Amino acid sequence: MNLQINGQNREYPSPLTIVQLLDQLDLAIERVVVELNREILTADKLADTQLTDGDTLELIQFVGGG
Amino acid sequence: MQIFVNEQSCQAQTETSLYGLRDRHKPDADLLIVNGFPVSQDQPLKDGDRVTLIKRGERPSAAELEALMMARHTPGVHAKIKNSCIGIAGAGGLGSNIAIALARIGVGRLIIADFDLVEPSNLNRQQYFIDQIGLPKVEALRDNLIRINPGVQITSIQQKITPDNLLAHFSAVNVMVEAFDAADQKAMLISHFLRSCPQTPLVAASGMAGYEASNSISTRKVAKNLYLCGDGTTAAQQGRGLMAPRVGIAAHHQANAVLRLLLGEEPE
Repeated sequence: MNLQINGQNREYPSPLTIVQLLDQLDLAIERVVVELNREILTADKLADTQLTDGDTLELIQFVGGG
Repeated sequence: MQIFVNEQSCQAQTETSLYGLRDRHKPDADLLIVNGFPVSQDQPLKDGDRVTLIKRGERPSAAELEALMMARHTPGVHAKIKNSCIGIAGAGGLGSNIAIALARIGVGRLIIADFDLVEPSNLNRQQYFIDQIGLPKVEALRDNLIRINPGVQITSIQQKITPDNLLAHFSAVNVMVEAFDAADQKAMLISHFLRSCPQTPLVAASGMAGYEASNSISTRKVAKNLYLCGDGTTAAQQGRGLMAPRVGIAAHHQANAVLRLLLGEEPE
């Protein structure tokens, strides 16, 4: 299936949950904000959310400091 | 014609000059500001001009203070922001600087949350003083903000912000600001806030440690109603600290993003 991640089109085998995608991308779940098709998801929803062909994701990784 | 003198509407003759106006309203004024900019020569005035007359060193009354404080604003800005309410989660290097910038420009209300106390290692970048060590940050910051602008309403919350109490404090703000230190707290606040309040813009920060180039810090729109200030990558870690200049740059990116949102402009 095709996913658009941060503006880039990429192919992934399905089924795939958001947690599995973040694992593959080596992103720490607790430090990422996920927007799926223009809607923000909270961390507790990421394991249950299956991705489907054509989904658009913004993955925003945070670093510490302030 | 109509002229605003220290924010009060006044009728003036069409041929009135700046010095004529001063002589009539405040002959001892030695700082004259016209439409947000100080001037040192007499000039003709036109309908709708905003003139501020200040005697240097004189302490204004509480009623006058607000108008005099806003004299250097771009005209029209103050009226648009004085009824706004801004939430700030975190009163450290980012939050204390953002709060001061927003108080100086006269936003109406600030809701500021932080559970922590002022300690010596904060003083390299946070807007506190040595005699405030040991005080709750939200109390110390309120004291400092009131000394800057007593017209701002401040709600101080000394509490750790969690998904459970977040909305009770911040659901009614016009713009929300993420100003935490830890990356997981940033992500928690942003995802829970925008999930529940998708129509309220949120200004966050990530990546402002060390002494990398100033211009690597930017403001970007990264999701619907989510604006991110910082370089996105330089984490605070062993060997790379957090210091006043770069944290201040990121904080003021955030404060300006808030101001732009209040004025109906895109922050990016």
